[in-house]
Amino acid sequence: MIYKIISTEELAPKTKMFEVLAPDIAAKAKPGQFLIVIISVKGERIPLTICDYNREKGTVSFAFHEVGKTTKELGQMQAGDTLENVTGPLGNPSEIKNFGKILCIGGGVFIAPLLLQVKAMKQTGNKVTTILGARIKEELFMEEKAKTLSDKIYTASDDGSIGYKGLDFLKEILKTEKFDHCVVMGPVVMMKEVSEITKPYGIPTIVTTTPIMMDGMGMCGVCRVTVGGKMLFGCVDGPEFDGHQVDFEELVQRQRLFLPEERVASLMWEKNIGGCRCDRKKA
Amino acid sequence: MTERKPKPKIKKEEVKMPKQDPKVRVKNFNEVALGYTEEQALEEAARCLQCVKPQCVDGCPVEVPIPEFIKCIKEKKYAEGIITIKSKNALPAVCGRVCPQEEQCQVKCVLGKIGDPVSIGRLERYLADWERDHGFQIPEKAPPTGKKVAVVGAGPAGLTAAADLIQLGHKVTMYEALHLPGGVLIYGIPEFRLPKAIVRNEVAYIEKLGVELRVGNLVGRIHTIPELLKTDTNAVFIGSGAGLPRFMGVEGENLGGIYSANEFLIRNNLMKSFDFPEYDTPVRIGKHVVVIGGGNVAMDCARSSMRLGAEVCLLYRRSRDELPARQEEIENAEEEGLVCKFLAAPLKFNGDEKGWVKSMECIAMELGPPDESGRRRPIPMKGSEFTMETDTVIIAIGQTPNPIIQRTTTGLEVNLKRGTILVDENGKTSIQGVYAGGDVVTGAATVISAMGAGKTAAKAMHKFLSEKK
Ligand SMILES: Cc1cc2nc3c(=O)[nH]c(=O)nc-3n(C[C@H](O)[C@H](O)[C@H](O)COP(=O)(O)OP(=O)(O)OC[C@H]3O[C@@H](n4cnc5c(N)ncnc54)[C@H](O)[C@@H]3O)c2cc1C
Ligand SMILES: Cc1cc2nc3c(=O)[nH]c(=O)nc-3n(C[C@H](O)[C@H](O)[C@H](O)COP(=O)(O)OP(=O)(O)OC[C@H]3O[C@@H](n4cnc5c(N)ncnc54)[C@H](O)[C@@H]3O)c2cc1C
Ligand code: SF4
Ligand code: FES
Repeated sequence: MIYKIISTEELAPKTKMFEVLAPDIAAKAKPGQFLIVIISVKGERIPLTICDYNREKGTVSFAFHEVGKTTKELGQMQAGDTLENVTGPLGNPSEIKNFGKILCIGGGVFIAPLLLQVKAMKQTGNKVTTILGARIKEELFMEEKAKTLSDKIYTASDDGSIGYKGLDFLKEILKTEKFDHCVVMGPVVMMKEVSEITKPYGIPTIVTTTPIMMDGMGMCGVCRVTVGGKMLFGCVDGPEFDGHQVDFEELVQRQRLFLPEERVASLMWEKNIGGCRCDRKKA
Repeated sequence: MTERKPKPKIKKEEVKMPKQDPKVRVKNFNEVALGYTEEQALEEAARCLQCVKPQCVDGCPVEVPIPEFIKCIKEKKYAEGIITIKSKNALPAVCGRVCPQEEQCQVKCVLGKIGDPVSIGRLERYLADWERDHGFQIPEKAPPTGKKVAVVGAGPAGLTAAADLIQLGHKVTMYEALHLPGGVLIYGIPEFRLPKAIVRNEVAYIEKLGVELRVGNLVGRIHTIPELLKTDTNAVFIGSGAGLPRFMGVEGENLGGIYSANEFLIRNNLMKSFDFPEYDTPVRIGKHVVVIGGGNVAMDCARSSMRLGAEVCLLYRRSRDELPARQEEIENAEEEGLVCKFLAAPLKFNGDEKGWVKSMECIAMELGPPDESGRRRPIPMKGSEFTMETDTVIIAIGQTPNPIIQRTTTGLEVNLKRGTILVDENGKTSIQGVYAGGDVVTGAATVISAMGAGKTAAKAMHKFLSEKK
């Protein structure tokens, strides 16, 4: 199988979306599932959420934020290049049904996969209010697409450079509007905040957890998260869980397990860019 | 049995296999046991009595014609010898290294009554390595039958079933969830016990036979088994292994620095984290590693940790006599500096302010009457709690089958408690045309029993396919 990159798109600074040829995966992909991507023979296995698929063309798309060694190197790849391996679709698909009136909230790079869910939720008859969040104005993307897919949209940023500043406005909305269901995809801190906001209103809130993963199919347990006091595996039991039950503090702590090593890898890679990388491809 | 008095000139002692010096090998990941030279192989082969009714063969789960292949070595007919083995065992280079011969063929060898049994495993390894140096011979295949088989999982069970089925003329597609084939052989057993080049070679042989291999293909997520059967696939073999790690359920288990054995081994073996940052996957190993468990998996974790520079203590809840690991592995590990603490189990892990494990609370055990496994049951001793300092813990207390296939195959009968797939004596499951074998049926077992199950199922599948219109 040759996992060829068909097209690339820059969504925001350091945030890209790739469309990759993978017909087997495209035939089965559903909103909420993820892929494990390996970029080169010596590469690591990184999880990325499916943000689109085209069953006719046989392609799947994912969006990524360049945060460390692997995502930075991925960011240098171009249409026509091939990835070493793409495994998927992994994890349980999102529950897509007519809940009634729902709230869909996406932060940062996760705006892209959120909109796949928004689309499916809308098609099943939900009335969808979408909130797009970013750290700063420049990092907000797909606003137009969100508008066409949703009944109502809001934008927000950490510094207020676009839309509302922070998520306090959501508290105001909830005082007057009733929602039957809420999905949140984004940075852990944001998912935690939203879960805390919706809890008093009893709105079922589904978050997409992003623990460190390796195999992504239940073999290693590095992805364990505590949900309602129980140890579960993010990859096979999730990645979506009830936001009112997830131990977010533990999740954040476990995401940092390999921080020193990640820094080393990232620094070493940056020092070497521009150098020849062909040895990594073959090896 | 025809009792034959061994002639006095028979050498009672086996020819030892050269090994890397413990002080040297604990600093590298190269293979520990170096293999016989030709002279050593000839000398050891000469000890075999060529029994008329060989007991050793009875002990072998796949009935390798042991005296016959040893005879080939005696006569220096190495090519013939390897063909003799491969008539029953498609992965001799692997089995020669990791089979527990001391409880299978060798324990039955008549020479064991007067001295050391013949070192059958080492001779098997000698022939397999000889073949690797001299090139593979591809056996003839039966004419195409027009039937198509799917094999799920490229571990020893799947590889064996695939090799047998393709030689019988069926078209075989093998689906492997990971990005590399080999199952536990590639992701679990460390390089220093089973070099990955050997596993790659064995897989290459099976691909050369014509098996189509699709990696990164998790059956149940891409194709389910019922879906495969609806297309042009006539039969399915499930060899998906037992890859789901077990945790203990004690407080603090999610702290940093606590790995499942599988996570630790996959990082090291499959992802080559011992060579980070050359390879992208990291592994963090502290100074004081505690490995919990006592099987081969625990030994592999302990020996890998020592190679990464740590001091390692093995914590086992029963006593030395109950250690389920192979004797040879325990000896190797102790030579390399392993310290064992018997009759103790963890109660709780304590973390530092960063969420990293710093110590563990344990309790001492005493042995009570035997439990259902036949081993004496460990019983906690009141008031014997103690604390151990540690910065890395590896939990090696067993694996169960991964439930993805069981969950996505309606009609497949399973043992709900153990998560295993139920089969009859031919490996047939509750679904027509679907067979299973290896760890997914037995729970974590051995390479050779998985291979034996793959063989049995292949035979039954061939019969099923031949009768099918
Ligand atoms: C189910 C799931 C879906 C995800 N979907 C997306 C997505 O759609 N887009 C996106 O940009 N990111 C996504 N992530 C996060 C993404 O996997 C990490 O950003 C990526 O692995 C970072 O790799 P790196 O080498 O570039 O950075 P590193 O320097 O290795 O790490 C940077 C940060 O990424 C996290 N991380 C590192 N390795 C892993 C790993 N193996 N698994 C999970 N997290 C890791 C760590 O918290 C770390 O602090 C997802 C994670 C999970 C678990
Ligand atoms: C660390 C360790 C050391 C060991 N040491 C020894 C030893 O010294 N001697 C010995 O005899 N035995 C040893 N064993 C046990 C032995 O390795 C196993 O019993 C044997 O590998 C089982 O073979 P299998 O083919 O049933 O399963 P596995 O080897 O587990 O292979 C199963 C394969 O199926 C794949 N798979 C799973 N689900 C799916 C799916 N849904 N779709 C596609 N593919 C899938 C997995 O990725 C895997 O590659 C050891 C085991 C471990 C973990
Ligand atoms: S290996 Fe032992 S039991 Fe087997 S044939 Fe030789 S002497 Fe007899
Ligand atoms: S990523 Fe290994 S079990 Fe979930």
